[in-house]
Amino acid sequence: MTPSLDLVPRIVAGAVPAIGRLISRAEAGSAEARPALAEIYGRAGRAHIVGLTGVPGSGKSTLVATLTAHLRRGGQKVGVVAIDPSSPYSGGAILGDRIRMAEHVTDAGVYIRSMATRGTMGGMARAALDAVDILDVAGFDTVIIETVGVGQDEVEIARASHTTVVVSAPGLGDEIQAIKAGILEIADIHVVSKCDRSDANRTLTDLKQMLTLGALTTGRSEWRIPVIGLSAYKGEGFEALIGAIGDHRRVAFETEAGAQRRRAIARFRLEKTAENLLMERFLRKSGALSGPLAERLSARDGDPYSLANTLLEDALGPEAGGAGARS
Amino acid sequence: MSQPIRVLLAKVGLDGHDRGVKVVARTLRDAGMDVIYSGLHRSPEEVVTAAIQEDVDVLGVSLLSGVQLTVFPKIFRLLAEQGADDLIVIAGGVMPDEDVAAIKEMGVREVLLQDTPPDVIVETLRRLVADRGER
Repeated sequence: MTPSLDLVPRIVAGAVPAIGRLISRAEAGSAEARPALAEIYGRAGRAHIVGLTGVPGSGKSTLVATLTAHLRRGGQKVGVVAIDPSSPYSGGAILGDRIRMAEHVTDAGVYIRSMATRGTMGGMARAALDAVDILDVAGFDTVIIETVGVGQDEVEIARASHTTVVVSAPGLGDEIQAIKAGILEIADIHVVSKCDRSDANRTLTDLKQMLTLGALTTGRSEWRIPVIGLSAYKGEGFEALIGAIGDHRRVAFETEAGAQRRRAIARFRLEKTAENLLMERFLRKSGALSGPLAERLSARDGDPYSLANTLLEDALGPEAGGAGARS
Repeated sequence: MSQPIRVLLAKVGLDGHDRGVKVVARTLRDAGMDVIYSGLHRSPEEVVTAAIQEDVDVLGVSLLSGVQLTVFPKIFRLLAEQGADDLIVIAGGVMPDEDVAAIKEMGVREVLLQDTPPDVIVETLRRLVADRGER
C-alpha cells in the first residue's frame, strides 16, 4: 500500500491513479490519509467550484456533460464530482451519472468521479469537498459538483461552492413553487432545462418574477441573478451559461462579496467537519448504550428528551448534555 | 466504518444486451456495494479510464457478443500501461468454455456465466476483494 503522503507529489503532477486513490481514502475517512489531505488543503484554493443542483430528472448530468464540453473548448481542465444517493436500506448505490458524460471519458483534461451519499443529508457526500481540493491541486481549473437530485430544501451545496447553478425543468409547478423558500433561493444562476418544450416559457417567466419580487424585498446586490433557458437537445443557451459562470467567477474571486463568501465556505466546512467528528465519536460509543435506554423509552419509563440527554452524557461526558440536561 | 466495495460494470463494443448487467448492478447494490454502470457501447479505453478515475476495486465486463478474446487483451494492456495492476477484473455473460479458460489465462479472475445465482456473484466479489487486502 502506497502511503497517502507519497501520493501528494504524484497528484500535483496530475497522475490519475494517485488522484483516484486519495479520493477513495478520503471517502473512507481513513486516519492515515489525514496528513496528506492537510497537505492538499494547504495547496488548494485556485479552482473555481461550481455547484450544480436541481430536482431528479431536471437534466443535471446532461448539463454537466455539455458544460464540460464548452469549458474544454475554452481550454480549461474540468473536474466533475457527481453524487448519487446511497440506498437507505442496503447502503449500496448505483452511480449512473457517468453514462451521460461518455464523450469526455478518454479526455485527459476531464476527470469524473462518482460518489455515493452514504447517508449524509443535504445532497452532498462527506468527502466531496476533499475530492474538490484534490482535483484543484491536480490542476483542474473548474470543478463541478453535481448534487443528488434534490427536493426543496437541500441547500448545502450553496454553502460549499463559489457559484451555485440551480436547474429547473418545465412543468413541475406553478408560480407559488417559485416563491417558496429553499432551493430556488440559493441560485447564483438559474437554468431552465428542456427549453425545447412548449411550457418552458412559463417556468422562465415564473423564475424571473420571483427574482424581481426578491429584489424588491432584499434590495440590490452587485450580482444580478440571471435566468437562462437551455436546450441540450437543440444545443441552445450554453453560450449564455458559460458567460454567466465566467462573470460569476470574477465576482467570486475578485470582489469583497466573493471574499466574504469564501470565508463563509471555510466556516461551513469547519463546522461540518466538527459535526462529522462529533458524530463519529458519538456513534463509536452510543451503539452499546442505546439498547437499554430504548427499552426504557419503549416501556414509557422516561421521555425521549431526558433519555436522549442521558445517552449523550453517557457517550460523550457530562458537558455534552448541555444546560438543563437532567432537570 | 468499513468501505463499500466499489464496482464498475461495463458493456464493451457492439453489444446491446444490458438486461443481465442491470440485474447484476441491482444485486450488488442490494448487497451494499457502490456500483458504477458504464452504459452501452464503451471502448476498452473508456472502460479502463473510468475504472482508474473511479478507483474501483472490481471491474466487471459483461459480454454477450463473443468478443472476449479481443477485448480482454486490450483491457489488460491498458491497465498495465496505467500501472493499475491491483484492479480485480472479472467477466460475465455467455461464452464458450475454451474462451473462459483463455481469458482466465490473461488475468480475468473469475468468469460468472449466465446461470450464476446472485448470491454467488456477491460472495465472489467479496472474496476477491478480501483476498486482495488493503491497497
